Amino acid sequence: MKPLLQSETFVRIAAPLAVGIALLGLWEIGCRLGGVPVYLFPKPSDIFASLIKHGPSLLRALIVTLRVTLQAFAAAVVLGTLIAFMFVQSRAIEVSLFPYAVLLQVTPVVAIAPLIIILVKNTQVSLTICATLVALFPIISNTTLGLRSVDPGLANYFRMNRAGRLKTLLKLRIPGALPYFFGGLRISSGLALIGAVVAEFVAGTGGRSSGLAYEILDAGFTLDIPRMFAALFLITLTGVALFGAMVVLTKLALSDWHESEVGVET
Amino acid sequence: MNALLPGDPHLESVDRMTASHDRPPAVEVLSAEKVFANGTRGLAPIDLTIADGEFLTLIGPSGCGKSTLLKLIANLLEPSDGRLVWWRGGFDQVGQEGRRFAFVFQEPTLMPWARVEANVRLPLELANMPAAEAAPVVAEAIERVGLTAFARNFPRQLSGGMKMRVSIARALATKPNLLLMDEPFGALDEFTRNKLDADLIKLWWERKLTTVFVTHSIYEAVFLSTRIIVMAANPGRIFRTMTIDEPQPRDESFRDSARFAAYCRELSTWLAEASLPAAAGSAS
Repeated sequence: MKPLLQSETFVRIAAPLAVGIALLGLWEIGCRLGGVPVYLFPKPSDIFASLIKHGPSLLRALIVTLRVTLQAFAAAVVLGTLIAFMFVQSRAIEVSLFPYAVLLQVTPVVAIAPLIIILVKNTQVSLTICATLVALFPIISNTTLGLRSVDPGLANYFRMNRAGRLKTLLKLRIPGALPYFFGGLRISSGLALIGAVVAEFVAGTGGRSSGLAYEILDAGFTLDIPRMFAALFLITLTGVALFGAMVVLTKLALSDWHESEVGVET
Repeated sequence: MNALLPGDPHLESVDRMTASHDRPPAVEVLSAEKVFANGTRGLAPIDLTIADGEFLTLIGPSGCGKSTLLKLIANLLEPSDGRLVWWRGGFDQVGQEGRRFAFVFQEPTLMPWARVEANVRLPLELANMPAAEAAPVVAEAIERVGLTAFARNFPRQLSGGMKMRVSIARALATKPNLLLMDEPFGALDEFTRNKLDADLIKLWWERKLTTVFVTHSIYEAVFLSTRIIVMAANPGRIFRTMTIDEPQPRDESFRDSARFAAYCRELSTWLAEASLPAAAGSAS
Protein backbone atom coordinates (compact mmCIF):
# COMPACT_ATOMS: atom_id res chain seq x y z
CA MET A 1 0.00 0.00 0.00
CA LYS A 2 1.25 3.43 -0.94
CA PRO A 3 1.59 6.20 1.61
CA LEU A 4 -1.46 8.43 1.62
CA LEU A 5 0.41 11.48 0.32
CA GLN A 6 1.56 9.62 -2.77
CA SER A 7 -1.92 8.43 -3.65
CA GLU A 8 -3.10 10.39 -6.68
CA THR A 9 -6.76 10.31 -5.65
CA PHE A 10 -5.99 11.58 -2.18
CA VAL A 11 -3.91 14.47 -3.49
CA ARG A 12 -6.53 15.34 -6.10
CA ILE A 13 -9.19 15.66 -3.42
CA ALA A 14 -7.13 16.93 -0.50
CA ALA A 15 -5.14 19.65 -2.26
CA PRO A 16 -8.05 21.76 -3.56
CA LEU A 17 -9.92 21.12 -0.29
CA ALA A 18 -6.99 22.50 1.69
CA VAL A 19 -6.87 25.59 -0.54
CA GLY A 20 -10.61 26.11 0.01
CA ILE A 21 -10.34 25.81 3.79
CA ALA A 22 -7.39 28.18 3.86
CA LEU A 23 -9.26 30.78 1.80
CA LEU A 24 -12.34 30.50 4.01
CA GLY A 25 -10.11 30.96 7.06
CA LEU A 26 -8.48 34.07 5.60
CA TRP A 27 -11.90 35.45 4.68
CA GLU A 28 -13.24 34.88 8.22
CA ILE A 29 -10.15 36.38 9.88
CA GLY A 30 -10.01 39.30 7.42
CA CYS A 31 -13.65 40.25 8.01
CA ARG A 32 -13.28 39.96 11.79
CA LEU A 33 -10.08 42.00 11.94
CA GLY A 34 -11.36 44.63 9.51
CA GLY A 35 -14.75 44.82 11.21
CA VAL A 36 -16.57 44.56 7.88
CA PRO A 37 -20.32 44.93 8.50
CA VAL A 38 -22.50 41.91 7.70
CA TYR A 39 -24.70 43.85 5.23
CA LEU A 40 -21.61 44.65 3.11
CA PHE A 41 -19.67 41.42 3.14
CA PRO A 42 -20.63 38.64 5.55
CA LYS A 43 -18.18 36.22 7.15
CA PRO A 44 -18.33 32.53 6.24
CA SER A 45 -19.73 31.88 9.71
CA ASP A 46 -22.59 34.34 9.07
CA ILE A 47 -23.35 32.62 5.77
CA PHE A 48 -23.36 29.21 7.42
CA ALA A 49 -25.66 30.47 10.16
CA SER A 50 -28.01 31.88 7.53
CA LEU A 51 -27.91 28.60 5.65
CA ILE A 52 -29.14 26.83 8.77
CA LYS A 53 -31.69 29.53 9.66
CA HIS A 54 -33.25 29.74 6.21
CA GLY A 55 -32.67 26.05 5.54
CA PRO A 56 -36.26 25.05 4.72
CA SER A 57 -36.99 27.94 2.34
CA LEU A 58 -33.58 27.67 0.67
CA LEU A 59 -34.07 23.93 0.26
CA ARG A 60 -37.46 24.50 -1.37
CA ALA A 61 -35.86 27.02 -3.73
CA LEU A 62 -33.04 24.59 -4.47
CA ILE A 63 -35.52 21.89 -5.41
CA VAL A 64 -37.33 24.28 -7.75
CA THR A 65 -34.09 25.33 -9.47
CA LEU A 66 -32.85 21.78 -9.62
CA ARG A 67 -36.10 20.59 -11.16
CA VAL A 68 -36.00 23.26 -13.86
CA THR A 69 -32.33 22.51 -14.53
CA LEU A 70 -32.79 18.75 -14.83
CA GLN A 71 -35.93 19.07 -16.93
CA ALA A 72 -34.18 21.48 -19.27
CA PHE A 73 -31.09 19.31 -19.42
CA ALA A 74 -33.14 16.21 -20.25
CA ALA A 75 -35.10 18.10 -22.90
CA ALA A 76 -31.87 19.47 -24.39
CA VAL A 77 -30.32 16.01 -24.54
CA VAL A 78 -33.36 14.43 -26.21
CA LEU A 79 -34.01 17.32 -28.61
CA GLY A 80 -30.34 17.96 -29.34
CA THR A 81 -29.65 14.33 -30.14
CA LEU A 82 -32.72 14.06 -32.36
CA ILE A 83 -31.74 17.23 -34.22
CA ALA A 84 -28.18 15.93 -34.63
CA PHE A 85 -29.49 12.66 -36.07
CA MET A 86 -31.61 14.66 -38.48
CA PHE A 87 -28.62 16.78 -39.50
CA VAL A 88 -26.45 13.81 -40.38
CA GLN A 89 -29.17 12.19 -42.46
CA SER A 90 -28.83 14.78 -45.16
CA ARG A 91 -26.55 17.65 -45.87
CA ALA A 92 -29.53 19.65 -47.17
CA ILE A 93 -31.31 19.47 -43.81
CA GLU A 94 -28.19 20.52 -41.97
CA VAL A 95 -27.40 23.39 -44.29
CA SER A 96 -30.98 24.70 -44.09
CA LEU A 97 -31.40 24.40 -40.35
CA PHE A 98 -27.97 24.88 -38.83
CA PRO A 99 -28.03 28.70 -39.04
CA TYR A 100 -31.18 28.67 -36.90
CA ALA A 101 -29.45 26.51 -34.31
CA VAL A 102 -26.68 29.10 -34.23
CA LEU A 103 -29.29 31.85 -33.93
CA LEU A 104 -30.61 30.08 -30.87
CA GLN A 105 -27.15 29.96 -29.40
CA VAL A 106 -26.13 33.56 -29.97
CA THR A 107 -29.34 35.19 -28.75
CA PRO A 108 -28.86 35.89 -25.02
CA VAL A 109 -31.42 34.08 -22.93
CA VAL A 110 -31.96 37.22 -20.80
CA ALA A 111 -33.27 38.91 -23.93
CA ILE A 112 -35.81 36.27 -24.86
CA ALA A 113 -36.76 35.12 -21.37
CA PRO A 114 -39.29 37.94 -20.73
CA LEU A 115 -41.06 37.07 -23.97
CA ILE A 116 -41.25 33.39 -23.13
CA ILE A 117 -42.40 34.13 -19.58
CA ILE A 118 -45.19 36.31 -20.95
CA LEU A 119 -46.19 33.80 -23.62
CA VAL A 120 -46.14 30.72 -21.41
CA LYS A 121 -48.41 31.01 -18.44
CA ASN A 122 -46.92 28.26 -16.28
CA THR A 123 -43.74 29.61 -14.64
CA GLN A 124 -42.14 26.20 -14.32
CA VAL A 125 -42.68 25.47 -18.02
CA SER A 126 -41.49 28.86 -19.20
CA LEU A 127 -38.32 28.60 -17.10
CA THR A 128 -37.67 25.11 -18.46
CA ILE A 129 -38.03 26.39 -22.02
CA CYS A 130 -35.53 29.19 -21.40
CA ALA A 131 -32.97 26.85 -19.85
CA THR A 132 -33.46 24.29 -22.62
CA LEU A 133 -32.71 26.92 -25.25
CA VAL A 134 -29.41 27.67 -23.53
CA ALA A 135 -28.42 24.03 -23.04
CA LEU A 136 -29.42 22.75 -26.46
CA PHE A 137 -26.65 23.96 -28.74
CA PRO A 138 -23.63 22.08 -27.35
CA ILE A 139 -25.54 18.83 -27.65
CA ILE A 140 -26.50 19.54 -31.26
CA SER A 141 -23.07 20.66 -32.39
CA ASN A 142 -21.06 18.03 -30.51
CA THR A 143 -23.30 15.11 -31.44
CA THR A 144 -23.45 16.19 -35.08
CA LEU A 145 -19.68 16.48 -35.17
CA GLY A 146 -19.34 13.05 -33.54
CA LEU A 147 -21.80 11.36 -35.88
CA ARG A 148 -19.91 12.82 -38.82
CA SER A 149 -16.43 11.99 -37.55
CA VAL A 150 -16.47 8.42 -38.69
CA ASP A 151 -13.17 6.67 -39.33
CA PRO A 152 -13.08 6.64 -43.16
CA GLY A 153 -11.50 3.19 -43.17
CA LEU A 154 -14.29 1.77 -41.05
CA ALA A 155 -16.89 3.56 -43.15
CA ASN A 156 -15.38 1.90 -46.21
CA TYR A 157 -15.48 -1.44 -44.45
CA PHE A 158 -19.17 -1.06 -43.63
CA ARG A 159 -19.91 -0.06 -47.23
CA MET A 160 -17.99 -3.03 -48.56
CA ASN A 161 -20.02 -5.34 -46.34
CA ARG A 162 -23.17 -3.77 -47.70
CA ALA A 163 -24.27 -2.46 -44.31
CA GLY A 164 -27.51 -0.48 -44.48
CA ARG A 165 -28.06 3.02 -43.14
CA LEU A 166 -29.54 1.84 -39.85
CA LYS A 167 -26.80 -0.69 -39.14
CA THR A 168 -24.12 1.85 -39.97
CA LEU A 169 -25.78 4.30 -37.61
CA LEU A 170 -26.14 1.81 -34.76
CA LYS A 171 -22.83 0.02 -35.04
CA LEU A 172 -20.54 2.72 -36.35
CA ARG A 173 -21.83 6.26 -36.07
CA ILE A 174 -23.38 6.16 -32.60
CA PRO A 175 -20.50 4.40 -30.79
CA GLY A 176 -18.02 6.65 -32.58
CA ALA A 177 -19.98 9.75 -31.57
CA LEU A 178 -20.13 8.90 -27.85
CA PRO A 179 -16.96 10.76 -26.78
CA TYR A 180 -18.23 13.91 -28.54
CA PHE A 181 -21.71 13.43 -27.09
CA PHE A 182 -20.37 13.18 -23.55
CA GLY A 183 -18.25 16.27 -24.12
CA GLY A 184 -21.49 18.02 -25.09
CA LEU A 185 -23.20 16.71 -21.95
CA ARG A 186 -20.59 18.30 -19.68
CA ILE A 187 -21.00 21.72 -21.25
CA SER A 188 -24.76 21.41 -21.53
CA SER A 189 -25.33 20.41 -17.89
CA GLY A 190 -23.64 23.58 -16.70
CA LEU A 191 -25.50 25.71 -19.22
CA ALA A 192 -28.85 24.23 -18.15
CA LEU A 193 -28.20 25.51 -14.63
CA ILE A 194 -27.09 28.91 -15.90
CA GLY A 195 -30.18 29.09 -18.12
CA ALA A 196 -32.45 28.16 -15.24
CA VAL A 197 -30.95 30.76 -12.89
CA VAL A 198 -31.01 33.54 -15.50
CA ALA A 199 -34.62 32.75 -16.37
CA GLU A 200 -35.53 32.75 -12.68
CA PHE A 201 -33.99 36.21 -12.31
CA VAL A 202 -36.09 37.52 -15.16
CA ALA A 203 -39.21 35.86 -13.81
CA GLY A 204 -38.33 37.05 -10.29
CA THR A 205 -38.03 40.69 -11.30
CA GLY A 206 -41.47 40.26 -12.84
CA GLY A 207 -42.81 39.14 -9.48
CA ARG A 208 -43.13 35.47 -10.22
CA SER A 209 -41.32 33.89 -7.31
CA SER A 210 -39.39 30.65 -7.57
CA GLY A 211 -35.98 29.12 -7.22
CA LEU A 212 -32.61 30.13 -5.84
CA ALA A 213 -32.26 33.15 -8.12
CA TYR A 214 -35.44 34.57 -6.62
CA GLU A 215 -33.95 33.95 -3.15
CA ILE A 216 -30.95 36.04 -4.18
CA LEU A 217 -33.16 38.81 -5.56
CA ASP A 218 -35.37 38.78 -2.47
CA ALA A 219 -32.37 38.78 -0.13
CA GLY A 220 -31.01 41.78 -2.04
CA PHE A 221 -34.28 43.68 -1.59
CA THR A 222 -34.19 43.04 2.17
CA LEU A 223 -30.42 43.54 2.48
CA ASP A 224 -30.14 40.03 3.91
CA ILE A 225 -26.67 39.57 2.41
CA PRO A 226 -25.79 36.32 4.26
CA ARG A 227 -28.91 34.69 2.76
CA MET A 228 -27.83 35.95 -0.65
CA PHE A 229 -24.47 34.26 -0.22
CA ALA A 230 -26.13 31.11 1.09
CA ALA A 231 -28.28 30.88 -2.06
CA LEU A 232 -25.23 31.56 -4.21
CA PHE A 233 -23.37 28.80 -2.40
CA LEU A 234 -26.18 26.35 -3.16
CA ILE A 235 -26.16 27.31 -6.86
CA THR A 236 -22.41 26.72 -7.04
CA LEU A 237 -22.79 23.42 -5.23
CA THR A 238 -25.46 22.32 -7.72
CA GLY A 239 -23.19 23.22 -10.64
CA VAL A 240 -20.29 21.27 -9.21
CA ALA A 241 -22.51 18.28 -8.47
CA LEU A 242 -23.87 18.28 -12.04
CA PHE A 243 -20.39 18.47 -13.49
CA GLY A 244 -19.23 15.67 -11.21
CA ALA A 245 -22.16 13.50 -12.25
CA MET A 246 -21.27 14.03 -15.91
CA VAL A 247 -17.63 13.12 -15.27
CA VAL A 248 -18.70 9.89 -13.58
CA LEU A 249 -21.16 9.10 -16.37
CA THR A 250 -18.48 9.69 -19.02
CA LYS A 251 -16.06 7.52 -17.17
CA LEU A 252 -18.59 4.70 -16.92
CA ALA A 253 -19.36 4.87 -20.61
CA LEU A 254 -15.90 5.40 -22.10
CA SER A 255 -13.31 4.20 -19.62
CA ASP A 256 -12.81 0.88 -21.38
CA TRP A 257 -11.71 2.21 -24.71
CA HIS A 258 -11.44 5.95 -25.19
CA GLU A 259 -8.10 7.70 -24.84
CA SER A 260 -9.56 10.60 -22.88
CA GLU A 261 -10.69 8.30 -20.09
CA VAL A 262 -8.01 5.66 -20.17
CA GLY A 263 -5.37 7.84 -18.61
CA VAL A 264 -1.63 7.46 -18.75
CA GLU A 265 -0.55 3.86 -18.74
CA THR A 266 2.66 2.94 -17.04
CA MET B 1 2.20 -12.38 -70.32
CA ASN B 2 5.78 -13.46 -70.01
CA ALA B 3 6.40 -15.75 -67.07
CA LEU B 4 10.07 -15.45 -66.24
CA LEU B 5 12.15 -17.37 -63.80
CA PRO B 6 15.22 -15.65 -62.45
CA GLY B 7 18.27 -17.53 -61.39
CA ASP B 8 18.64 -21.20 -62.16
CA PRO B 9 16.27 -22.19 -64.92
CA HIS B 10 16.60 -25.84 -63.96
CA LEU B 11 14.79 -25.40 -60.67
CA GLU B 12 12.41 -28.17 -59.96
CA SER B 13 8.98 -26.98 -60.82
CA VAL B 14 6.48 -27.64 -58.10
CA ASP B 15 3.67 -25.62 -59.59
CA ARG B 16 1.44 -25.46 -56.53
CA MET B 17 -0.56 -22.55 -57.78
CA THR B 18 -2.02 -24.51 -60.62
CA ALA B 19 -3.08 -27.36 -58.35
CA SER B 20 -6.60 -26.39 -59.28
CA HIS B 21 -6.40 -26.20 -63.06
CA ASP B 22 -9.86 -27.67 -63.29
CA ARG B 23 -11.42 -24.82 -61.30
CA PRO B 24 -12.42 -21.54 -62.88
CA PRO B 25 -10.21 -18.53 -62.22
CA ALA B 26 -11.17 -16.41 -59.22
CA VAL B 27 -11.05 -13.10 -61.05
CA GLU B 28 -10.58 -12.10 -64.67
CA VAL B 29 -9.70 -8.51 -65.44
CA LEU B 30 -10.71 -7.92 -69.05
CA SER B 31 -9.19 -4.81 -70.60
CA ALA B 32 -10.22 -2.85 -67.55
CA GLU B 33 -8.89 0.68 -67.43
CA LYS B 34 -9.40 3.52 -64.99
CA VAL B 35 -9.51 7.19 -65.81
CA PHE B 36 -10.19 9.35 -62.76
CA ALA B 37 -12.61 12.27 -62.70
CA ASN B 38 -9.74 14.76 -62.97
CA GLY B 39 -8.59 13.13 -66.21
CA THR B 40 -5.66 11.22 -64.69
CA ARG B 41 -5.18 7.90 -66.37
CA GLY B 42 -4.77 5.65 -63.36
CA LEU B 43 -4.67 2.40 -65.23
CA ALA B 44 -4.14 1.60 -68.90
CA PRO B 45 -6.32 -1.30 -70.11
CA ILE B 46 -5.23 -4.34 -68.12
CA ASP B 47 -5.75 -8.02 -68.79
CA LEU B 48 -5.12 -10.30 -65.88
CA THR B 49 -6.38 -13.68 -64.82
CA ILE B 50 -6.12 -14.57 -61.15
CA ALA B 51 -6.09 -18.35 -60.91
CA ASP B 52 -7.90 -20.14 -58.14
CA GLY B 53 -5.52 -20.78 -55.25
CA GLU B 54 -2.65 -18.58 -56.36
CA PHE B 55 -0.84 -16.01 -54.26
CA LEU B 56 -0.50 -13.01 -56.52
CA THR B 57 1.45 -9.93 -55.48
CA LEU B 58 1.25 -6.51 -57.09
CA ILE B 59 4.40 -4.45 -56.70
CA GLY B 60 5.63 -1.28 -58.34
CA PRO B 61 6.64 2.34 -57.85
CA SER B 62 4.21 4.87 -56.34
CA GLY B 63 1.41 5.82 -58.68
CA CYS B 64 1.63 2.62 -60.72
CA GLY B 65 -2.00 1.84 -59.92
CA LYS B 66 -1.52 -1.29 -57.84
CA SER B 67 -4.00 -0.14 -55.20
CA THR B 68 -6.36 1.00 -57.94
CA LEU B 69 -6.21 -2.44 -59.52
CA LEU B 70 -6.88 -4.05 -56.14
CA LYS B 71 -9.86 -1.75 -55.62
CA LEU B 72 -11.21 -2.69 -59.04
CA ILE B 73 -10.95 -6.33 -58.02
CA ALA B 74 -12.78 -5.54 -54.76
CA ASN B 75 -15.37 -3.56 -56.73
CA LEU B 76 -14.59 -0.54 -54.54
CA LEU B 77 -13.96 1.25 -57.85
CA GLU B 78 -15.66 0.77 -61.20
CA PRO B 79 -13.54 0.48 -64.33
CA SER B 80 -13.92 3.35 -66.80
CA ASP B 81 -13.79 0.83 -69.60
CA GLY B 82 -13.49 -2.94 -69.84
CA ARG B 83 -14.88 -5.21 -67.17
CA LEU B 84 -14.14 -7.72 -64.46
CA VAL B 85 -15.51 -11.19 -63.95
CA TRP B 86 -15.61 -12.88 -60.56
CA TRP B 87 -15.73 -16.68 -60.59
CA ARG B 88 -17.09 -16.53 -64.12
CA GLY B 89 -19.96 -14.35 -62.93
CA GLY B 90 -20.97 -10.78 -62.18
CA PHE B 91 -20.37 -8.94 -58.92
CA ASP B 92 -24.01 -9.47 -57.93
CA GLN B 93 -23.21 -13.14 -57.34
CA VAL B 94 -20.23 -12.35 -55.14
CA GLY B 95 -21.00 -13.13 -51.51
CA GLN B 96 -22.61 -16.46 -52.28
CA GLU B 97 -21.02 -19.68 -51.03
CA GLY B 98 -17.69 -20.21 -52.79
CA ARG B 99 -17.65 -16.65 -54.10
CA ARG B 100 -16.72 -14.65 -51.04
CA PHE B 101 -13.89 -12.20 -50.72
CA ALA B 102 -12.46 -10.23 -47.84
CA PHE B 103 -10.38 -7.08 -47.91
CA VAL B 104 -7.61 -6.26 -45.45
CA PHE B 105 -6.66 -2.59 -45.40
CA GLN B 106 -3.31 -1.00 -44.78
CA GLU B 107 -4.59 0.08 -41.37
CA PRO B 108 -6.23 -2.44 -39.05
CA THR B 109 -9.46 -0.30 -39.12
CA LEU B 110 -10.82 -1.79 -35.93
CA MET B 111 -13.65 -0.36 -33.89
CA PRO B 112 -11.88 1.07 -30.81
CA TRP B 113 -14.99 0.68 -28.66
CA ALA B 114 -15.38 -3.02 -29.37
CA ARG B 115 -13.42 -5.92 -27.94
CA VAL B 116 -11.37 -8.15 -30.21
CA GLU B 117 -14.15 -10.73 -30.47
CA ALA B 118 -16.74 -8.09 -31.33
CA ASN B 119 -14.48 -6.69 -34.01
CA VAL B 120 -14.04 -10.11 -35.55
CA ARG B 121 -17.79 -10.76 -35.31
CA LEU B 122 -18.63 -7.54 -37.18
CA PRO B 123 -18.79 -8.88 -40.77
CA LEU B 124 -20.99 -11.76 -39.59
CA GLU B 125 -23.33 -9.36 -37.79
CA LEU B 126 -23.50 -7.21 -40.89
CA ALA B 127 -24.46 -10.36 -42.80
CA ASN B 128 -27.21 -11.02 -40.21
CA MET B 129 -25.71 -14.25 -38.90
CA PRO B 130 -27.33 -15.25 -35.57
CA ALA B 131 -25.01 -14.73 -32.58
CA ALA B 132 -25.07 -18.41 -31.57
CA GLU B 133 -23.98 -19.43 -35.04
CA ALA B 134 -21.30 -16.74 -35.22
CA ALA B 135 -19.66 -17.53 -31.86
CA PRO B 136 -17.72 -20.67 -32.91
CA VAL B 137 -16.72 -19.07 -36.21
CA VAL B 138 -15.36 -16.03 -34.38
CA ALA B 139 -13.53 -18.15 -31.82
CA GLU B 140 -11.92 -20.21 -34.57
CA ALA B 141 -10.80 -17.14 -36.54
CA ILE B 142 -9.27 -15.60 -33.41
CA GLU B 143 -7.54 -18.85 -32.59
CA ARG B 144 -6.17 -19.06 -36.12
CA VAL B 145 -4.30 -15.80 -35.64
CA GLY B 146 -3.17 -16.79 -32.16
CA LEU B 147 -5.11 -14.21 -30.18
CA THR B 148 -7.44 -16.40 -28.13
CA ALA B 149 -5.96 -15.03 -24.90
CA PHE B 150 -6.77 -11.50 -26.08
CA ALA B 151 -10.32 -12.05 -27.30
CA ARG B 152 -11.75 -9.89 -24.51
CA ASN B 153 -9.24 -7.06 -24.93
CA PHE B 154 -9.82 -3.73 -26.56
CA PRO B 155 -7.76 -2.73 -29.61
CA ARG B 156 -5.85 -0.06 -27.68
CA GLN B 157 -4.43 -2.79 -25.46
CA LEU B 158 -2.84 -4.54 -28.44
CA SER B 159 0.39 -3.90 -30.34
CA GLY B 160 0.39 -2.89 -34.01
CA GLY B 161 1.08 -6.43 -35.14
CA MET B 162 -1.68 -7.84 -32.95
CA LYS B 163 -4.16 -5.32 -34.30
CA MET B 164 -3.29 -6.43 -37.82
CA ARG B 165 -3.89 -10.02 -36.73
CA VAL B 166 -7.35 -9.03 -35.52
CA SER B 167 -7.97 -7.44 -38.88
CA ILE B 168 -6.95 -10.69 -40.59
CA ALA B 169 -9.11 -12.73 -38.21
CA ARG B 170 -12.03 -10.50 -39.12
CA ALA B 171 -11.36 -11.24 -42.78
CA LEU B 172 -11.11 -14.99 -42.09
CA ALA B 173 -14.38 -15.05 -40.15
CA THR B 174 -16.29 -14.57 -43.38
CA LYS B 175 -14.66 -17.75 -44.76
CA PRO B 176 -13.48 -15.97 -47.90
CA ASN B 177 -12.34 -17.70 -51.08
CA LEU B 178 -10.39 -14.64 -52.14
CA LEU B 179 -8.33 -12.49 -49.82
CA LEU B 180 -7.39 -8.99 -50.97
CA MET B 181 -4.69 -7.24 -48.97
CA ASP B 182 -3.55 -3.67 -49.53
CA GLU B 183 -0.08 -3.30 -47.99
CA PRO B 184 -1.35 -4.86 -44.79
CA PHE B 185 2.00 -5.02 -43.00
CA GLY B 186 3.49 -1.83 -44.42
CA ALA B 187 3.35 0.03 -41.13
CA LEU B 188 4.95 -2.72 -39.04
CA ASP B 189 8.55 -3.24 -38.06
CA GLU B 190 10.48 -5.81 -40.08
CA PHE B 191 10.55 -8.49 -37.40
CA THR B 192 6.78 -8.38 -36.92
CA ARG B 193 6.27 -8.20 -40.66
CA ASN B 194 8.33 -11.35 -41.26
CA LYS B 195 6.42 -13.15 -38.54
CA LEU B 196 3.07 -12.18 -40.00
CA ASP B 197 4.27 -13.08 -43.51
CA ALA B 198 5.18 -16.56 -42.30
CA ASP B 199 1.76 -16.92 -40.66
CA LEU B 200 0.03 -15.64 -43.75
CA ILE B 201 1.67 -18.08 -46.12
CA LYS B 202 0.81 -20.95 -43.77
CA LEU B 203 -2.77 -19.78 -43.69
CA TRP B 204 -2.89 -19.43 -47.47
CA TRP B 205 -1.53 -22.94 -47.85
CA GLU B 206 -3.92 -24.52 -45.36
CA ARG B 207 -7.03 -22.74 -46.52
CA LYS B 208 -6.22 -22.76 -50.26
CA LEU B 209 -7.09 -19.08 -50.23
CA THR B 210 -6.66 -17.17 -53.44
CA THR B 211 -4.77 -14.06 -52.35
CA VAL B 212 -4.01 -10.78 -54.05
CA PHE B 213 -1.43 -8.84 -52.08
CA VAL B 214 -0.12 -5.31 -52.61
CA THR B 215 3.28 -4.44 -51.18
CA HIS B 216 6.33 -2.23 -51.56
CA SER B 217 8.68 -4.82 -50.15
CA ILE B 218 10.67 -6.96 -52.58
CA TYR B 219 11.50 -9.52 -49.87
CA GLU B 220 7.90 -9.83 -48.80
CA ALA B 221 6.77 -10.27 -52.41
CA VAL B 222 9.30 -13.01 -53.14
CA PHE B 223 8.69 -14.82 -49.86
CA LEU B 224 4.93 -14.93 -50.21
CA SER B 225 4.01 -15.08 -53.86
CA THR B 226 3.50 -17.72 -56.46
CA ARG B 227 3.35 -14.93 -59.01
CA ILE B 228 4.47 -11.31 -58.86
CA ILE B 229 3.12 -8.62 -61.14
CA VAL B 230 5.52 -5.70 -61.49
CA MET B 231 3.65 -2.56 -62.44
CA ALA B 232 4.88 0.72 -63.94
CA ALA B 233 3.36 4.18 -63.76
CA ASN B 234 2.10 6.82 -66.23
CA PRO B 235 -0.23 5.21 -66.96
CA GLY B 236 -0.44 2.34 -64.49
CA ARG B 237 0.12 -0.94 -66.29
CA ILE B 238 1.64 -4.38 -65.99
CA PHE B 239 5.37 -4.14 -66.67
CA ARG B 240 6.48 -7.74 -66.18
CA THR B 241 5.41 -10.91 -64.48
CA MET B 242 7.58 -13.18 -62.35
CA THR B 243 6.63 -16.67 -61.30
CA ILE B 244 8.11 -17.85 -58.01
CA ASP B 245 8.07 -21.56 -58.46
CA GLU B 246 9.22 -22.80 -55.07
CA PRO B 247 8.12 -25.60 -52.77
CA GLN B 248 5.29 -24.87 -50.37
CA PRO B 249 4.61 -24.19 -47.62
CA ARG B 250 7.63 -21.92 -47.44
CA ASP B 251 9.42 -21.25 -44.20
CA GLU B 252 12.32 -19.17 -42.95
CA SER B 253 14.85 -21.43 -44.69
CA PHE B 254 13.60 -20.07 -48.02
CA ARG B 255 14.61 -16.59 -46.94
CA ASP B 256 18.19 -17.77 -46.39
CA SER B 257 18.45 -19.61 -49.69
CA ALA B 258 20.49 -18.49 -52.69
CA ARG B 259 17.39 -18.77 -54.87
CA PHE B 260 15.56 -16.27 -52.67
CA ALA B 261 18.42 -13.82 -53.14
CA ALA B 262 18.38 -14.42 -56.89
CA TYR B 263 14.67 -13.71 -57.13
CA CYS B 264 15.07 -10.55 -55.06
CA ARG B 265 17.93 -9.31 -57.21
CA GLU B 266 16.01 -9.89 -60.40
CA LEU B 267 12.87 -8.28 -59.01
CA SER B 268 14.88 -5.32 -57.78
CA THR B 269 16.32 -4.80 -61.29
CA TRP B 270 12.86 -4.96 -62.79
CA LEU B 271 11.50 -2.49 -60.29
CA ALA B 272 14.33 -0.09 -61.10
CA GLU B 273 13.52 -0.45 -64.78
CA ALA B 274 9.82 0.04 -64.12
CA SER B 275 10.59 3.25 -62.24
CA LEU B 276 12.68 4.74 -65.06
CA PRO B 277 10.97 7.39 -67.16
CA ALA B 278 12.09 5.36 -70.18
CA ALA B 279 9.79 2.59 -69.01
CA ALA B 280 6.88 4.74 -70.07
CA GLY B 281 5.45 3.30 -73.22
CA SER B 282 7.28 -0.01 -73.13
CA ALA B 283 4.45 -2.44 -73.00
CA SER B 284 4.51 -5.49 -70.79
